[in-house]
Parts: sequence; structure tokens; C-alpha cells
Amino acid sequence: MIQQRETFLNNIAAALGREVNKTKKPERNWKHNPQAVTLTDLSQDELVQLFKAQCVNIHTDYVETTAAELKAELSNRVDMYGGGPISVWEDERFDTYGLGVLLREEWPQAGVEVNEWDIQKGADNIKFAEKANVGITFSDITLAESATVVLFSNGGQGRSVSLLPQTYIAIIPKSTLVPRMTQAAQAISKKVQREEAVPPCINFISGPSNSADIEMNLVVGVHGPVKATYIIVEDR
Amino acid sequence: MSIKISDGQFKDKVKENLQDDFMRGAVSSAQDRLRFRRLETAEELGNWEEWRSHGEEIRKHVLENLDYYLQELSENVQKLGGHVHFAQTAEDANRYIEDVVKKKEAKKIVKSKSMVTEEIGLNAVLEKAGCEVIETDLGEYILQLDEHDPPSHIVAPALHKNKEQIRKVFAEKINYTKSNDPTELARHARETLRSEFLTADIGITGCNFAIAESGSISLVTNEGNARLATTVPKTQITVMGMERIVPTFEEFEVLVSLLTRSAVGQKLTSYVTVLSGPRREGDADGPEEFHLVIVDNGRSKILGTEFQSVLQCIRCAACINVCPVYRHIGGHSYNSIYPGPIGAVLTPLLGGYDDFKELPYASTLCGACTEACPVKIPLHELLHKHRQVIVEKEGKAPISEGLMMKAFGIGAASNPLYTTGTKLATKVMKPFMKDKEFISKGPGPLKEWTAIREFPTLKNERFRDWYKNREGGDKK
Repeated sequence: MIQQRETFLNNIAAALGREVNKTKKPERNWKHNPQAVTLTDLSQDELVQLFKAQCVNIHTDYVETTAAELKAELSNRVDMYGGGPISVWEDERFDTYGLGVLLREEWPQAGVEVNEWDIQKGADNIKFAEKANVGITFSDITLAESATVVLFSNGGQGRSVSLLPQTYIAIIPKSTLVPRMTQAAQAISKKVQREEAVPPCINFISGPSNSADIEMNLVVGVHGPVKATYIIVEDR
Repeated sequence: MSIKISDGQFKDKVKENLQDDFMRGAVSSAQDRLRFRRLETAEELGNWEEWRSHGEEIRKHVLENLDYYLQELSENVQKLGGHVHFAQTAEDANRYIEDVVKKKEAKKIVKSKSMVTEEIGLNAVLEKAGCEVIETDLGEYILQLDEHDPPSHIVAPALHKNKEQIRKVFAEKINYTKSNDPTELARHARETLRSEFLTADIGITGCNFAIAESGSISLVTNEGNARLATTVPKTQITVMGMERIVPTFEEFEVLVSLLTRSAVGQKLTSYVTVLSGPRREGDADGPEEFHLVIVDNGRSKILGTEFQSVLQCIRCAACINVCPVYRHIGGHSYNSIYPGPIGAVLTPLLGGYDDFKELPYASTLCGACTEACPVKIPLHELLHKHRQVIVEKEGKAPISEGLMMKAFGIGAASNPLYTTGTKLATKVMKPFMKDKEFISKGPGPLKEWTAIREFPTLKNERFRDWYKNREGGDKK
């Protein structure tokens, strides 16, 4: 439902001194385009280095590994954070990277509680994520400049997993790395133009939550996770 | 709270705040830190001037085509299953939100930081309707607990408070027993607020930028509270100033890059969240119902005038962080939720000259604000325009300025008077000189200046005499 739009827009047009325009797309003839030349000349390896260096600034641990070692690294990090319960997305990439056995067999057998997001369970997913010690997701697009993981949340990829647990781990396939937000914005905008659905929630996440509201002192860990790790992995 | 914080005169507020040593120290160190971090991240980005120019052209384009983009936005929100309410006035916006709250029989509302909801005075309306309204941004939460102390900065609202004051407030209001360590304080707020998020009926947010092409709204935050407010509660209400919109994700990205650097010197904040409509089939979190309230509240009266460029503002506070006047008098002196240079321009436009005619004078016209602005709003020129309007059209110049100008006019118009006056000046000022360099307790018009800072003494030799006697002067 849309309410009171007519008068509102007419009022704006009147202030601008012209007829209201609701149908003719304005032309955007930008004179400046600095984003086209920002970090676009870096190689994939240079992007990894840039990403790694920025992790220090955002208080995030950085781990680089191979697809074969990923399972062991992930298990290590979870232990370092004090174990389960663990909340994860429903995501076929866990199986692609050979982590299914960890989620469904090894951890449960070791007494570590795991919840793979299950839309049949409805709001119980939120409750579980809230109790979880670790949340784990993949990164859909990764920004080197700001060390940011971009998460498309819908269906099995619940928003809560990267938000409610005490700590957060993002698994980053190397191929998802792009220079900066520019490339992610272009990719999403193209989706819109192709009239593909944009997910109801897109998060650009750069490290753990933080605040400087008390005497400008940086506190890492406020409402979201208090610690974060990025595991960057060679593609499989 | 509406745009005006409280009753009381500008002069009295300034006087009161000048006595607050903690606040003045906190403000100057925060300014230095934020300014430095902005410059550092701007330089790292490279081509900063190009980025600013691009930001400016995007904001100008949006204002010129605001009707089209609001039409596109609202159509797309509706397609996604959301509701859009266009509100001409604060009262209209509040009434709509109150209706939604009543229909939902909501008792508890969590809010993430939003200047526009402060501007329209939403909290008071909802509290009167019997709701518990909880601010969840750490700074805002502290202020709310402390008997609704007003914000003093648009990005760091509790800047004027020290950690011991905060510890006391927490101890009194939320059973806090630990030290005044900021991390311990923040962790306690995390625990206390977590249970509020989980039991809230409605989440209310502001909006940094809406994206017309996809019907999205966005939230740029560090703490994660805005994410919580839009993940757990069943209903989400987002309130936006009508000008806070971009055409597509591509312009969105440019403005976010400018905003995070200019506001806090970060390449990106911890969370930049883009939300498009309510949850969809198969989603287990996110709101089931989404309402977008688009607020005019005086903005359209600025469109099409010589002040239009102030609507380019993206609320980063970079101008506040460089302002020498803000540095001395702090945020509360402005008596507006929008302090500093942007506040001195915007507040009289939204709140009227009657209450805020002094604000355009709370500036040295040094232009630091204009130089800092990431979207190139000519702030000091707009302040100057305000003064012209106040003097020429409104006849509301401060009385002291009127008298001083009159006296100067008499003195300067008569050659003998001017010559005698300037010759006498050094002698007259002698009793007020602290040493040879500065005047510390001046008389008349100098009194207010020198009450808090020093004024250089007059030289023994007048400029006219120096000019006449200098080598190569006009009367060799």
C-alpha cells in the first residue's frame, strides 16, 4: 500500500518549479568516475595481500589455507573460540569443500551441537543462533580494500548466523575476491537490471561489531559477534 | 525531543557549556582524532577531490529529480510487499507510526539510531501511547538511561559524557556492578539489550540511503544493533528524510565510501546492511511486515531556494569535526539535534528563525566545514546567506551587532573621527592588556570574546601610519 504519494510528489515538483515527473527516467551523465580507476590494476595475489593487511585494522584473524586443509583449519578455529554450539547456513558449499562430514558427523559425535539452518524449524533457528558460540557462513563476494565479506541472506542463509552468535567465522573462496565495493555494487545492480530478485537482506560485514561511543575508546564486540575470523581458501 | 532540545537562550547555553571542562576536552580530542582519521582514509583512497565531485553531482542530480526517484522507490517497495507512507509533517509521520503500533498491539519497541525520528519527536509520541521505546545504539542508550540527556554530536551522541558518569548511570538504572572500563560497560549493555531485542514487537530504524532501483533501504553501522532490530522483531518501520535516496547500487556505493571515511575514518563500517522489503517465503528471520515512512517536515520548503544544497547532506559530521566554534561551545549550545555548521544551516530552515536566529552567527566563516564536506555543500556561504536573510528580510540581527555596525558607521564615515579614534585606540585599551601581546578582559563588544579567549593587542603604529612610512610607500 502506498499512501499520500500524489500530493507529496506534486509539492516537490512545485518547489522545483516544474511538472511532476513519475515516468521519464532521468539521464545520469556523470562527469566524474573515480571508482573506475581505484584498485582496479591489482592482480589476484595483490588483492589477497591488501585484504590480509586490512584484517589487522579491523581486528579480524586471518587464515589462509588450501581446500584439503580447510576442514582441519575450521575445526581448529572453532576450538580456539571455545567450541560449540555452532550455527551454520544451509549451503551446498559446505559439501563442495568437504565440510559436510564435520558438520553432520565429527562435531555431533564429539558432543558439539550444530544447527544447519532449516526453514522448517522457523523461529527456532533464531533461538539456536542466539545461544550459539560460533556462527559460520561462506562469503558471496569479498572486498579486498576494506576486508569485507558480502552475504546474501535469504531462505537457508539466515541473517542471524553472522549476527547472534558470540563469534563469527567466514569462509572465503579466493575467487570471490574483488577490489572494492564498486565491483559488488555493479554485480548487484546488474541483477536488478536483469529483473532478478535481490535478496531481502544483503550484509557487507567488515570484522566484529564495535563501538567508540564511550570517550571515543574503541570497544570490539558490542551487539554483534565479539570476535571474527576469515578463512581464505583456494577454490575447489 | 523535536529538533529543538530545550528552552533557553543561545548565549546562556554557551556560557554554561564553556564551564564544562570535561566536555571541552572531550570535544577537542574527538575532533582531532576524527579529523585525522578522515584525512588518512581519504588520502589512502586517492583522488579524493574526484570522489567528492562525484558525490556532489550524485546528490545534486537526486535533488533535481527527487519526485521521479521517490516514485520509483515506492513502487518497488510495494512490489516487494512493503507499505509506504508519505508524510508531509512530523505529526503525520508520528500518527501513521502510532497507528501501526496500535494495530500490532505492540508493547516493546527497539530502535536503532535515527536522526529523523529525533527530529519528529517520535519517542515521546510512542511512550505516550503506552509503549516501551528502547534506544539500542550504545551512545543513545546511555543518553536515554540518563533521563533523556540530548545528543551533542550526530555520529557520537554521548561525546560529552565521561566513563565515570556512564558507570554511575548504569549502576543506578541497569544493575551494573563493575568498573568504568569502556569494554566492561559495553558488554553489560550487550547483555541487557540482547534480551530486549529478543522480546521486542517492533524494530524502528532510520535510513542512510534508500536505493530507488531495487526498493531497498540501507543502514550503515558498527555495533550491529540495527541488524538486530531488523532481524528479530516481526514488524519493521523505517523512517527516512525524503532526500536520502540514490538511483542505483552504483551511486549507493560511492556515497557509502564517502560517508564511512568522512564520519569515522573507516573504509567501511562493520556493517553496511541493505534491506529490500519484508522477509520472503522460506525465510525464517527478518520482519514479516515492513513499513517505510518518507518524511518531508519542511524539506520541500528548502528545495528550489538558495539553500537547496544543504539537502545534499549525508549526515557524516565531518563539518562538525573541523569547526572551531563547535570545538569551544560543544553540541548542546546549538540547542538543536543538528549541531555544528550543518546544524547552523539546517536548523533555522527546519525550525524557523524565531528560535534559531543566533546559529548562523555561531561561525567564524573560516570555511573549514566547506572544505571537509564530502559532497561539497558550501556551508560557510550558506551561513553567510542566512545572515543576509536575517538582516535584510527578517530584521532579526542580534541587537549588539546592530549597535556596533551603527557606531562603526558613524566613526568610519567621518574622517576626523576615524583618525582620532584609531590613534586613541592603543591608549584606551592599555588597562585591559594582559601583557603586550594579548587583551584578556576586554570592554564592550570585546567582553564576550575575551571572556573565554584572548584578543591580540593593538599595535602602537597604526596601519595607515605604517603604510605611509614604509619603504616605497605612496608618498615617497
